[in-house]
Amino acid sequence: MPDTEYRELTYAQAVREALAEEMRRDSRVCILGEDVAEAGTPFKVLSGLVEEFGTDRVLDTPISEAGFTGLAVGAAMTGLRPVVDIMFGDFLTLTMDQMVNQAAKIHYMSGGKWRVPMVLRTTLGASRRSAAQHSQSLHAWLSHVPGLKVVIPSTPYDVKGLLKTAIRDDNPVVLFEDKMMHHKLKGAVPAGEYTIPFGVADVKRVGTDITLVATSSMVQVALGAAAMLVEVGISAEVVDPRTLWPLDEKTLIESVKKTSRAIVIDEGYGRYGVTAELASVISEGAFYHLDGPVGRIGAMHVPIPFSPPLEDLTVPTEKALFEAARKLCRKS
Amino acid sequence: MSIVSERAATTFSKDLWMHAYRQMVRIRMFEEQVNELYTRALMPGLAHLYSGEEAIAVGICEALQKDDYITSTHRGHGHCLAKGATPDLMFAELLGKEAGYCRGKGGSMHIADPATGNLGANAIVGGSMGIATGAAFSAKYLKNGRVAVCFFGEGALGQGLFYEELNLAQLWKLPVIYVCENNLYNEYTHYSETTAGDICTRATAFDVMAEEVDGQDVQAVYETARRLIERARAGDGPSFLLCNTYRYTGHHVGDINREYYRTKLEEQEWKTVRDPIRLHGERLVSEELADALALDALEAEVRAEMKAAVEFAIAASYPAAEEVENHVYA
Repeated sequence: MPDTEYRELTYAQAVREALAEEMRRDSRVCILGEDVAEAGTPFKVLSGLVEEFGTDRVLDTPISEAGFTGLAVGAAMTGLRPVVDIMFGDFLTLTMDQMVNQAAKIHYMSGGKWRVPMVLRTTLGASRRSAAQHSQSLHAWLSHVPGLKVVIPSTPYDVKGLLKTAIRDDNPVVLFEDKMMHHKLKGAVPAGEYTIPFGVADVKRVGTDITLVATSSMVQVALGAAAMLVEVGISAEVVDPRTLWPLDEKTLIESVKKTSRAIVIDEGYGRYGVTAELASVISEGAFYHLDGPVGRIGAMHVPIPFSPPLEDLTVPTEKALFEAARKLCRKS
Repeated sequence: MSIVSERAATTFSKDLWMHAYRQMVRIRMFEEQVNELYTRALMPGLAHLYSGEEAIAVGICEALQKDDYITSTHRGHGHCLAKGATPDLMFAELLGKEAGYCRGKGGSMHIADPATGNLGANAIVGGSMGIATGAAFSAKYLKNGRVAVCFFGEGALGQGLFYEELNLAQLWKLPVIYVCENNLYNEYTHYSETTAGDICTRATAFDVMAEEVDGQDVQAVYETARRLIERARAGDGPSFLLCNTYRYTGHHVGDINREYYRTKLEEQEWKTVRDPIRLHGERLVSEELADALALDALEAEVRAEMKAAVEFAIAASYPAAEEVENHVYA
């Protein structure tokens, strides 16, 4: 971290600061989305931006996710750097042709002639009692597609630096924010200018016995499990890839070479998901150093149910991770 | 526009109408070469020919500036040529050669060219409506005076994205013209079987100005387009232009036996009585802007141009293997 004054910001405040700074720096940056202006989004993440930048640059759109995402693709090709707000990650499904068939392919299909410097910000994560169409974590879908970059910040510091990098990137970037972190998670953020490069994982906690690879809000879950593991004499290292693509394979592999054990935890579905990919990277890269199979913990493979006791069963927990880690370390 | 002033414009614009004729002939002869390349198995993939619809691309692009934007479709060769693409680089792209517009990585359905404002042909039906609307958005945002034209076929009327973009464009008064080329057939199905209600009222429902024009009459297309483009440039917002036309050949080159969805008599009638090149050529002669000899000479020139362009493309190299991972990211 740069040597500078630090403030305690919420995750949402860090997002807002990143956007405001980039909009001050570059007049081509604009925001498009549902209720992003005066309402500041239903999550109040963007409050205050329209007051500073006006409705020419912070635009409330109709409820037309495909429509304004497609518009952003064309705007990005022709000189702007739009930041699209997709309120719930579930609504990404409505933008898929624009993101997958258009944004992701245009640079390649045109032989490198056109560029699509846009950012799509959206959310992931269950446990808001919002049921099956407002709770999914679909970041694996986008990570599957060549041409897209996928960013999944876990702290206020990370989200500010990574969002600024995303806005300056010349490619379509999808950034996932866990909506439960927006106002609940606080952290130190420097007052001065900084960015965080893509493809650089961050070791959130140093340990020696097991590596817990965690994404987004699962980083806090992993840190909680690591604290519990201390009580049973296990030292856990927590590694956050921060960007799913580009992916810092080296840091993951080096950590597991050191600890010989790994569990990957991510709030998306495990089946064909992010945990599968990361576990595969580790298995291939650190196979001869592993003392056991790479564990995976993700959302239960069910649509997210509404009823609170049922919903809570579907989300990975500190306790589940603690138990899995203890088992893998053969300490009971 | 009054009849008198239209006549004046016509007389004034000999160069324009001769250029329009040449452009239509270039598209027709380009597509003849594509058909030849495809049937000789020199061209991989699919070939969707624009023959019969030339007056639309030409009429509209003649009314655009070079830095105005277009988006195109899987049936896009005509739009690309009309906007200023050169046939040698297009043929090279069609054959997957490195010299092509997209280094051979786009092919027939994805030709793009920033130098002529071509945002790219799109192989998702209706897929470029957002892109065109977004180009218009940035033109307004950056105040650069450009307009965007979104070409699409009547088959795209079934896509929901169209209605989302009409709504956005009208709300924000964006300088975009949605050009619907109704060639009567969604692939192998007559549009009347897929399209409920009236076409133009789809646009007017959003208060988007809509006009209908004979898509076989290049002068009518041009005059209408010019008005809509001027209107867009003046900040008066989007418009919708329905162009009635006909696809001379099958959905793609391999679609040969077509009698289960349309008759040979119907095809013959369009190809003779309503051929846009013939109609425009006859007008040039009758208005004494050209004589038959001049038109013949023009055709010979274009034929030679296309022949040379094909030879260039055939002789060009395929991309090296390293190219496969190039341009995934900027």
